[in-house]
Amino acid sequence: MTPSRRDFLKIAGISTLSLVAPTIISPVWAKEKLTVPGGKFLTAKRWGMAIDASKCPVGCVDCITACHGEHNVPDIGNPKDEVKWIWQEKFPAVFPHESHPYLRESQAQLKLPVMCNQCANPPCVRVCPTKSTFQRQDGIVMMDYHRCIGCRLCMAACPYGARSMNYRDPLPFIAKLNPDFPTRTKGVVEKCNFCEERLVRGLQPACVEACREKALIFGDMENPRSEIRLLIENRFNLRRRANLGTQPQIYYIV
Amino acid sequence: MKLSNLGKIAAGILIFVVLITFLFWYGKGKTFPQLALSLDTPAIAQLKDKRCVEDTKFMRANHMKLLVTWREAAVRNGNRLYSATDGRIFEARLSGTCLKCHSNKQQFCDRCHNYVGAKPNCFSCHIIPAEVRK
Repeated sequence: MTPSRRDFLKIAGISTLSLVAPTIISPVWAKEKLTVPGGKFLTAKRWGMAIDASKCPVGCVDCITACHGEHNVPDIGNPKDEVKWIWQEKFPAVFPHESHPYLRESQAQLKLPVMCNQCANPPCVRVCPTKSTFQRQDGIVMMDYHRCIGCRLCMAACPYGARSMNYRDPLPFIAKLNPDFPTRTKGVVEKCNFCEERLVRGLQPACVEACREKALIFGDMENPRSEIRLLIENRFNLRRRANLGTQPQIYYIV
Repeated sequence: MKLSNLGKIAAGILIFVVLITFLFWYGKGKTFPQLALSLDTPAIAQLKDKRCVEDTKFMRANHMKLLVTWREAAVRNGNRLYSATDGRIFEARLSGTCLKCHSNKQQFCDRCHNYVGAKPNCFSCHIIPAEVRK
């Protein structure tokens, strides 16, 4: 049986319709029925941090220990697989554009704590193909590890090297597990989350709380009377590679 | 288009329908042994009203959907509280809320997951205390 041209077109038309129809009509049984009452956002706020590194005692790593213990960050012990949320760099590495060969020796050797800058214009969010990295309304650049596919575009995009890939299963390298915070798994990227899990419990970030010298000040950048605003208005401060337009929210008092 | 072989087409459609609905009528009426899920944990023993977040029937069928909803609400929207249909408020946490009562993962979660061949990857990150893991 050879279908006529007319019949062929009819069959082709009906086939196309049957393919397209389900997406247009969207059956009732396909709709998700579970709902959770509306989200509570911290609106019109932007979390930021000021770091007064001159207060940092030489050799002190309290903030790093506190953060990495709190968030189950593994200590793999080799720089290739290293996972870090907060770490230390020397001044010329932190501020390459602000340093020169004639820096005072103490300044050239000054170690500053560095972490994710929680940019107001985050390049990692822009490149993430799965929207695994996203920006919350309170400015925190956060990761949804469930969605991360490990493509590492964010690592390429981040000008601060603030992101680490789990090249291997981190679990055996965590000295003491904190059961209140999930670990990550092999194949996802991770970074500092500004202790968003502590903020909902009304606590300051772990690094801020751990700092004995009060060198880290955490607060709301949008509130003109907050401690952090008063501090950065009165003291000269720098932001890392601000010329890139990422608008980092970590302010270094130098 | 002539439908000279209408009989064959009808027979073909009939066989197709029978095959595609196979799963719906084959097991009907048969009884399967109920999986014995252990609710014998200290936390559950202390509960006066032994009720999960929602009722048992809903939880049995939809706990994975509930957890996904919790995940989206907590991670993406920062909303960590879930109000159940009976008005109770729960913290939307797998390890903090679910596993606090169901602290016997092997006799509860795993038993069913193994039976149906489900391999949820929740527990690769949401670590469970050592006594629960065994």
